[in-house]
Amino acid sequence: MISHLLSAADLDRDFATLVLDTADGMAAAISNREVRKLPTLRGRTVVNLFYEDSTRTRVSFEAAAKRLSADVVTFSAKGSSVNKGESLKDTALTLQAMGADGVVIRHGASGAAQRLTGWLEGSVINAGDGTHEHPTQALLDAYTIRSRFGRLEGLKVAIVGDILHSRVARSNVALLSTFGARITLVAPPTLLPVGVSAWPVDVSYDFDTALADCDVVMMLRVQAERMNDSFFPSVREYSRRYGLDAVRLARLHDDAIVMHPGPMIRGMEIAAEVADSARSVIVDQVTNGVLVRMAVLYLLLSGERGTTA
Amino acid sequence: MARRAHDQEGQPSVVREILSGSDISRVIDRIAHQILEKTRGASDTVLLGIPTRGVGLAARLAERITTFEEVDVSHGALDVTLYRDDLRRRGARALGPTDVPATGVDDKRVILVDDVLYSGRTVRAALNALYDLGRPSQVQLAVLVDRGHRQLPIRADYVGKNIPTAARETVSVRLNEHDGVDSVELSGGAG
Amino acid sequence: MSGWLIKGASLLGAEPVDVLIRDGHIAEIGDRLDGGSASVVDADGLVMLPGLVDVHTHLREPGREDAETVASGSAAAALGGFTAVCAMANTDPVADTAGVVEQVWSLGRDAGYVDVQPIGAVTVGLAGEQLAELGAMATSAAKVRMFSDDGHCVSDSRLMRRALEYVKAFDGVIAQHAEDPKLTVGAQMHEGVVSAKLGLAGWPAVAEEAIIARDALLAGHVGSRLHVCHVSTAGSVEILRWAKRNNWRVTAEVCPHHLLLTDELAATYDPVYKVNPPLRTAADVEALRRGLAEGVIDVVATDHAPHALEDKECEWGAARPGMMGLQTALSIVVETMVRSGALDWDGVAERMSRKPARIAGLSDHGLDPAPGVVANVTLIDPEARWTVDGAKLAGPSRNTPYAGMTLPGMVRATFLRGEPTVLDGMLTEGLKR
Repeated sequence: MISHLLSAADLDRDFATLVLDTADGMAAAISNREVRKLPTLRGRTVVNLFYEDSTRTRVSFEAAAKRLSADVVTFSAKGSSVNKGESLKDTALTLQAMGADGVVIRHGASGAAQRLTGWLEGSVINAGDGTHEHPTQALLDAYTIRSRFGRLEGLKVAIVGDILHSRVARSNVALLSTFGARITLVAPPTLLPVGVSAWPVDVSYDFDTALADCDVVMMLRVQAERMNDSFFPSVREYSRRYGLDAVRLARLHDDAIVMHPGPMIRGMEIAAEVADSARSVIVDQVTNGVLVRMAVLYLLLSGERGTTA
Repeated sequence: MARRAHDQEGQPSVVREILSGSDISRVIDRIAHQILEKTRGASDTVLLGIPTRGVGLAARLAERITTFEEVDVSHGALDVTLYRDDLRRRGARALGPTDVPATGVDDKRVILVDDVLYSGRTVRAALNALYDLGRPSQVQLAVLVDRGHRQLPIRADYVGKNIPTAARETVSVRLNEHDGVDSVELSGGAG
Repeated sequence: MSGWLIKGASLLGAEPVDVLIRDGHIAEIGDRLDGGSASVVDADGLVMLPGLVDVHTHLREPGREDAETVASGSAAAALGGFTAVCAMANTDPVADTAGVVEQVWSLGRDAGYVDVQPIGAVTVGLAGEQLAELGAMATSAAKVRMFSDDGHCVSDSRLMRRALEYVKAFDGVIAQHAEDPKLTVGAQMHEGVVSAKLGLAGWPAVAEEAIIARDALLAGHVGSRLHVCHVSTAGSVEILRWAKRNNWRVTAEVCPHHLLLTDELAATYDPVYKVNPPLRTAADVEALRRGLAEGVIDVVATDHAPHALEDKECEWGAARPGMMGLQTALSIVVETMVRSGALDWDGVAERMSRKPARIAGLSDHGLDPAPGVVANVTLIDPEARWTVDGAKLAGPSRNTPYAGMTLPGMVRATFLRGEPTVLDGMLTEGLKR
């Protein structure tokens, strides 16, 4: 069993399945009851160390930790960019002194979560590091897909948008391929990494072709700073070529679902009517996020380090 | 009825069958009758099995009760893993199913069902889990085997068989639903 | 002055002979020499090379004395077998005036471990906009012949052309840090399969190769000397091969780390492996070794870049690029080139001493031991192995990527102008002038 969750690429199929099954167990344990709280992590301290604004991820982890009765300390380091303010190492030493059993870190630098593991003893959970990975997002996406289809093996998943800068894409490619899903990345060539040829995916520059027999369409946000950096000529052209609108939605088969890790830019990569359509599982993703993060916290933080059965 | 086996250190140990398949059937029938008697017809009663093998036992008891008296007794599963007091020491493990009948537990008589009653810690966890679900009017406990060595002030209302054991001995319950065979064996005692 | 008698040294790997050093020069070479009152150094099993010359060192002084000083860097150089190092201009203040280069030069004299030859900046403040006073630096006491904006590329084609032309007046050379800055905005590591996985912004090989090609064409066009710093890609080797076939005056260096390490190491996210240009692929490493063996790449240069602890104990993206290299350079060359047979000791001398000295215009260095020659030499035990420990390297910095590695080749002694700077592998008090 692992002691940190840094990257979806580190997870084997057995452990990833255990996380999803445990999330199912969490759902069963807290649904239809008055006390939506479990005593499991009583006395444990979880620190949310957020160097980037991400209300949804922070709140999701906070809710997960609190439902397991952990003490939650939020350490919002936003504004202390990587080049000024207290160093990450000093912050780590502070958290270590506070006796943090788990540290959930969101950071703008790729690899920040991995660096942290060298400086403190608690479990480190990567809640998004730069353009590297966001493993709990991939786990909740996999959980959401499995809940809908009952399986992941063999499903056709299109991941559409800014793959180059997307930690969500990297984590999903790693995890969904571990589960045996067939992934197609859809993006303009400028937003695909040069090394994508080594990934276990198909690549398409043409959304309409890729859409044909998809079970899952996962839309990614295009960040504002990319829009004026020559990755594509204009927002309008991007939206026309790679946006999911009602016309494209209508071409999906009856059971296909639409996902988005949020926050969405309606009208840019996804039309409002698509986001709100019956095929959209975007709200499920949020609900499932708490369950999956409860599962991760439970599996990583129960037991002394290294005693997990 | 004894056979030789080997424990984990390779030492020979004796495996003794305590209950055979037919013994288990008779014991379950008896407990079903006792429940009917003690609860005056098993009305407003929910049987909640504690995973893994308590779940199957609860289902069998419910089935026997329905057969004997034609009353419908609802049954389900209550996982206690997240309530255990040894998570810190022994670490996380896979969760079992929790499946509470739609009627819920409020104002019901809940009978917790488990295979072996030992230290009582599992039952303690089950009571806490149960009270997070709602407020039963009464809670009882049914077990297939009581092997003693209680560490908490807990006792069973229905016991299939009391088996005096030594702490180093192991009681293995196997049920058809999980193991393909019904039996209770005691092993690890001096050969 | 009684001198030194070095007994049984293998000159550039040849049969053992005795070498007598007197008055700063090599007095005699032969069998069973009588050194008279000379102190004896037993060099049995040791290889004697002309003192190594590094055309690319960052000594950090003035400005970042917490990372390295001229004195500490000189000591590291001597321990690494060097007798001369060229100090890069990206100090604070930048070495873009006669005043700063003379300061560095005289600090080197005071330290007394190696000859410190300052490199002058090409442009004022390394800003790439206006030529620095190259002539004033050339005629200063430091006699600067090599100019570089290293750390930055002279990317403006017109300015690069002017710089190449201008330094012809005093037989200068422009050492280019080849990196098209527009292609490496935010770049963190080699762009390829590994960067794609790690989510670190890529530094594409073409950013280096495009500048080398352009500069080679410019050098050919105006007939000037171009030196290419830290060549790191297979494509660059091919472009250099083409430039040399055209008989353009282009030389190039490769760094030891690019001969051994690959971009896979970035997966640790430990910035000790962050360097500019970045570690490349195994195929690049292979091409660089071959290029060095064939002479397409002329010299090995360390790009010794010590950094304070806090500049490496941080996130990869926040860390400063660079690796220490003076004390490990020779061992890495032995490991990657000598053991494989790609280079013999004469080849090592050519690439780490003779050719670098010629490129940098250091007439007292890079001379094979012979009677009458200035005694700048180093003695190496090629069989000994040592384990690199950052804490035991000279200077305040620790950023060696080789920590924990066991490497072949130990420097036993280094002589600068006939006086030992290193004896028995230990630093002496150096030359006092």
